[in-house]
Parts: sequence; C-alpha cells; structure tokens
Amino acid sequence: MSHAAPAPVGGKLVTPITTVLGVMVLAMVAVLAVRFVYGLGAATNLNNGYPWGLWIAWDVVTGSALAGGGFATALLVYVLNRGEYHPLIRPALLAALLGYLQAGFSVVADLGRWWDFWHIFWPGYAQVNSVLFEVAVCIMAYTVILAIELLPAALERLGWQRAKKKLERVLFVFVAIGVLLPTMHQSSLGTLLVVFGPQVHPLYQSTVLPLLFLTSTIGMGYAAVTIEAAISSVALRRPLEKEILGKLLQIGRGLMALFLLVRFGDLVWRGALHFAFEPSLPMLTFWVENLLFSVPLWLLASAAARGRARLIFLGAMAMALGGIVYRLSAFLVAYQTGAGWHYFPSLGELTVTAGLIAFEVLAIILAVRVLPILPAARSSS
Amino acid sequence: MSFDRRDLFRLAAVAATGAATQAHARPNKTMPEEALGLLFDGTLCIGCRACMPACKEANGMPPELTPLEANGQTSAVWDAPLDISGSTLNVIKAYRDGTGEHKDEVKDGFAFTKQSCFHCVDPSCVSACPVSAMTKDPVNGIVSYNVDACIGCRYCVAACPFGVPRFTYDTPKPKISKCQLCRHRLEDGKFAACATVCPTGATLFGKVKDLKAEVARRKALAPGTPTTYPRGRIGGGDSYSARAGRYVPRVYGEHEIGGTQVLHLSGVPFELLDKPELPERAPAAVSESLQHGLYYGLLAPATFLGILVAAARRNMVAAGKNPDEVKKP
Repeated sequence: MSHAAPAPVGGKLVTPITTVLGVMVLAMVAVLAVRFVYGLGAATNLNNGYPWGLWIAWDVVTGSALAGGGFATALLVYVLNRGEYHPLIRPALLAALLGYLQAGFSVVADLGRWWDFWHIFWPGYAQVNSVLFEVAVCIMAYTVILAIELLPAALERLGWQRAKKKLERVLFVFVAIGVLLPTMHQSSLGTLLVVFGPQVHPLYQSTVLPLLFLTSTIGMGYAAVTIEAAISSVALRRPLEKEILGKLLQIGRGLMALFLLVRFGDLVWRGALHFAFEPSLPMLTFWVENLLFSVPLWLLASAAARGRARLIFLGAMAMALGGIVYRLSAFLVAYQTGAGWHYFPSLGELTVTAGLIAFEVLAIILAVRVLPILPAARSSS
Repeated sequence: MSFDRRDLFRLAAVAATGAATQAHARPNKTMPEEALGLLFDGTLCIGCRACMPACKEANGMPPELTPLEANGQTSAVWDAPLDISGSTLNVIKAYRDGTGEHKDEVKDGFAFTKQSCFHCVDPSCVSACPVSAMTKDPVNGIVSYNVDACIGCRYCVAACPFGVPRFTYDTPKPKISKCQLCRHRLEDGKFAACATVCPTGATLFGKVKDLKAEVARRKALAPGTPTTYPRGRIGGGDSYSARAGRYVPRVYGEHEIGGTQVLHLSGVPFELLDKPELPERAPAAVSESLQHGLYYGLLAPATFLGILVAAARRNMVAAGKNPDEVKKP
C-alpha cells in the first residue's frame, strides 16, 4: 500500500475564517489581561467550593485527552507497526502539540501564583506524592517530545535534509517516550480525583479511574483523528480515507467495550451499582456518557457500516463527546463539595476557552498551508 | 516479536490494577506522639465569639465587614464573617431549630460549633500539594502553609473534605489561608489564640493524648454533675466550673479520614452542625497507594518504555525504513 507524501497545502493565509478566529483570540487576550491585573476572581466564577473550573476540566483534562490522537496514532504506526495509518500521523501529532500547548497555557492562566510555577520541578519544592506533580512533569516533558516528533516536518520545509536524516535515526527513542508519557499522565488525570475522596460521587470515585481515563483517552484520540480527517477532507475537497478510519474506529470500539466493562464491573465490585438508579445529576451524566460510549459499539458493528463516511463521522463524534462529558462531569458535576457551593463558568472563562480553541484551529490552518503535514492530494500522486 | 494491541491493553490493565492492588498499599498515617490540637466542646460554648477577633489579631488578618458597613451605610465596627475565608481562619456557627429556646437540643433548640482546620493525621491537602507548600510537622503534627512555595493551584482547596483551605480570588497576588494552630506563638510559650481567650474552656488547647483523656473524663460524667473544666490549655492551671454536658456518643475527629488533631464534642448530632460524614480510610492514603503502586521504583514505566523502545526501533530503524519517509510501493 502506498501513501502520498505529506506536502504543504498552500493557499491564502488571511481569509474570513482566519479573521474570525483571530478576533476570538484577541477577545481571550483582553479577558486574560483582566485576570492577570485584578486576580482570578475578576474574570472567573471560581470559588472555594469549586476551586477548579472550566480551565482545568476542559482546557487541561479534556483538551489534552482530545490531543491523545498524537500518542494513540504513534502507538499504532510505530509501535504496533501498522503502516497503513501512516498518513494520519503528522496531522495527529500537530493537533496533539497544539492541544498540549493550550493545556499548558491554561495552567499558567489558572495558577494563582503562576510566577512560581517552576517550583513543581525544583528539588526541595517538588512533592512526589502529589498526583498533580506527576501530571505536570509528564505533560511538560511530553510537549517537548511532541515538538521533537514534529521537527522533521519543519526541517523538511527548511530543506535541511542532513539534520532531518540525523534526527530520524534517533527518533524512535522520542516516539517511545512519546507513547509512555501520555499513558502515564492521561491515567493520572483520573487519579487526580482519588484524593478528593467522598467529595466525588460514588458513580465516579474509584481506584480504577486511571484505567478508565486511559482507555477513554485513546478512544478520544482516535475519534479526534477521525473527525480532523473528515473536516480536512471536506474543507480541502479531498476524498476521505474511509478504509483507514473504519479500521481505526474498530479499535475504538474495542476500547469503548473495555471502558464500559471496567466501569460497570467496578461498580458491581464496589457495591455501588445502585447509585446508577438513584436520581441525581451525576446519575444523569453517568448514563449520557455510557450511552455515547456505546454508540460506536452498535452503530459501527458491521464492516459495511464502518465503510460509510457519515456513520464513521457519527461514531467518532459520539466517542469524543462521551469522553468530553465524562471528564467534565467527573471534575465539575460529580465533584460535590457541600451545600451552598455553585459553579458555572463565567463569560470570561468561556471567552478564554473559546479563544484557545480558536488559536488551535488557526494554528492548524496556518500550519497545514505552510508545512508538509497533510498527505498530498490524490490527484497529484 | 509478536506484540499486538491486545498485549498492550493487557499490559496497561496489569499496570493499572494489578500492581496497584498488590504492591505498597499505604496504611493511614499515625498520630505523632507529641501532637498538639484543640478540643471544642459545644456544650460549653456560649457563643460569645471572643475567639474570632482573637484569631484575627494573632494572625494579623483584616475584619470582614457586613454589606451595609462595606457600603458606608453604617459605621464599620463589626467584624462579621459568616464563614472562614481568605481573611478569616476561625468561625463559630450556630444550629437553630424552631423557637430556639433550649441549648444543645435538636427540637426548638440551638447549639454552637467551631469551624477551623482539623489538622488531620493524614491530611489530603499535604498529599495533594505538588510543591510542598502544605506540610505536616513531624513532631507536633501542625499542618502549615508556606506562601513562598505555593503556586496557587488550589488542589489543596479542592482536596480538603472539611473545606478548610481558602484561596484569595480577589487579588493578583493570591495565597491560601488556613488555621496553623498559632504555630508562630508557640515559641514564646503562648498557644492558640482562640483557646487563650475562651472564657468557658469550650475551646481547649493541649497535646492530643491529654485532650483525649479529657474527652473520656467528660463522657464518663453523669450529665448535670458539677465539675471543673480546664480553661485555656490543659495543664495551665486555669479552670472553669459548670455542670457536665449531655453528649452525643460520637467524638468528631476521632476516626474521620484516619483521625484529626482537633476533636469536637457536641450535644446535638454532628450532621446538624454541617460536619461531613467521612470514611476512616484517609483519601490521601488511597491516592498515594494507587500512585506508589503504579510507579513503585518506576518499574512499570521503565518496563513499558523498554518494550516501546524495542518495538519502535524495530519498526522504524532496524527494518531499514526511515520513520518519517513514505513507504514506496
């Protein structure tokens, strides 16, 4: 099987879409100015009952999981040697790098004493029992690894062939670390909740959280890769790689089945299954997630269904949405800290989150136009 | 080498569950021998709130004005916090029912409770803090906060089941506020300001082992018997005479998340006083058991990395392919 080499897409950089995205980024900058001058309270609805809000639950926990396509695809292509997925790797790595950069950026905006953030890595300050320590170190290291994994694309563009060759000889080490680190911190993002103890609803609080977060992250990663491929095929008027994506979602189905098995098995094991039938907000989100996670299982059950673009897209959307709802509800809905505390993101928080998404999309558009990320169009090969 | 995705899932599952359950389950931490703490006896509290301004003075914290005072509609005289906050470390709160006539009775009664840090034996905030800003003194067990280490992530605020650490959201240079048992006063032979000024000994300072003995003594007394209570701190010589209270059986703080150094006695059930129902197993111990299980000696990650490097090398280099180059037909 042969694939077209990645090549810059070309085209204009200033378009109505990139302009709108640029304005959204500027709105974010304005809100952040307020946040940094007057404090978190001036721009957010964070409070002592809900000290973590949208910026953590969405930008960091969910955003980095959607960026899981980078390591999930690298795992397939380089570790499991499934070369047929190769055309997906560069777009997936680019989306992952941007996803992790926005996560890191959100963390700095969210940290009250951001100027001291380096304490996390500094001997004497670093506290290795903290789950957050592990998450922070791994995310930081992985962002660097992602940049190295993408470096060949930039070197290729610059025409530095010798440097590219040299880098490629040792790239396998970075690829391996680039699979290990997300495996660690994506599971630890779930472990973050364990120390909250009974403040997290029993449908969610569990020592299998790391396994649930890991399996759903890989699923979300493949879903995101599929959705990105679908969008770029429509936007760039190119045929969709249906065969590859159908296979990718077949793996996704396995992950969803594993997730649901572990989740329900754990509830039975802990004797907490009855909470799934006692009315509460977490009960509602619990069923919404499970339903969404189950969609690929029945929708894409047949090989014929996995060959249809519309169903591929729907299955991937359900898987991604399921993971999004799961993360947001675990951190914001199932986390109940006592009577009298409420949280809903402020306009400012929403503006920053939207601005970061706009920034990511903008960067992807600009990057695929300038750098060899996407496979060259079929007609030219 | 045959290594497919099933093996990988198996590996992940083993790493996530097997290792965590077998290896290194950490028991709850234990009370330091010389642990210092407070005993709050709700039946002795008269609701004078003298402890609140004393706490502010000792810790140099500003008053919290009522909305009327803040708007200048009335003279700013009263420190009127409703809850602990960035500028209030200690609050006396009241339970009230119906006519509110009878002290320490559930129906038509009222009762007082104190809200401040419990100084847990196995604190969630200390386990959560990624930068050692929250620490527990190995000798006296006081849980203290170091603003110079803090990065303002608020993981401690989220983790504390008592809702104690509070963050100052209204400033670009925020910090965490929490009771540190007046550790800065201990050197001069002084002790917690709230206990120092308490007129009835309702808030009593002392070593936890002595406080526990005092709890046992009080619970053994028949309600209504005249008795004397130590006032200020145990062994300080000062005392207060009153009749023994009628207590609910539970001593709050004895078992909650592995025990705390602040103990509460009450005449009404603790649920009515907003004291959360908590398990005996410390969430910090559960979290650290899980993390240490997964990352014990970094064995699992190192093994996994070894497999990944071998597989990636085989697929990217040994097979003679350039990893990023396109496969030619």
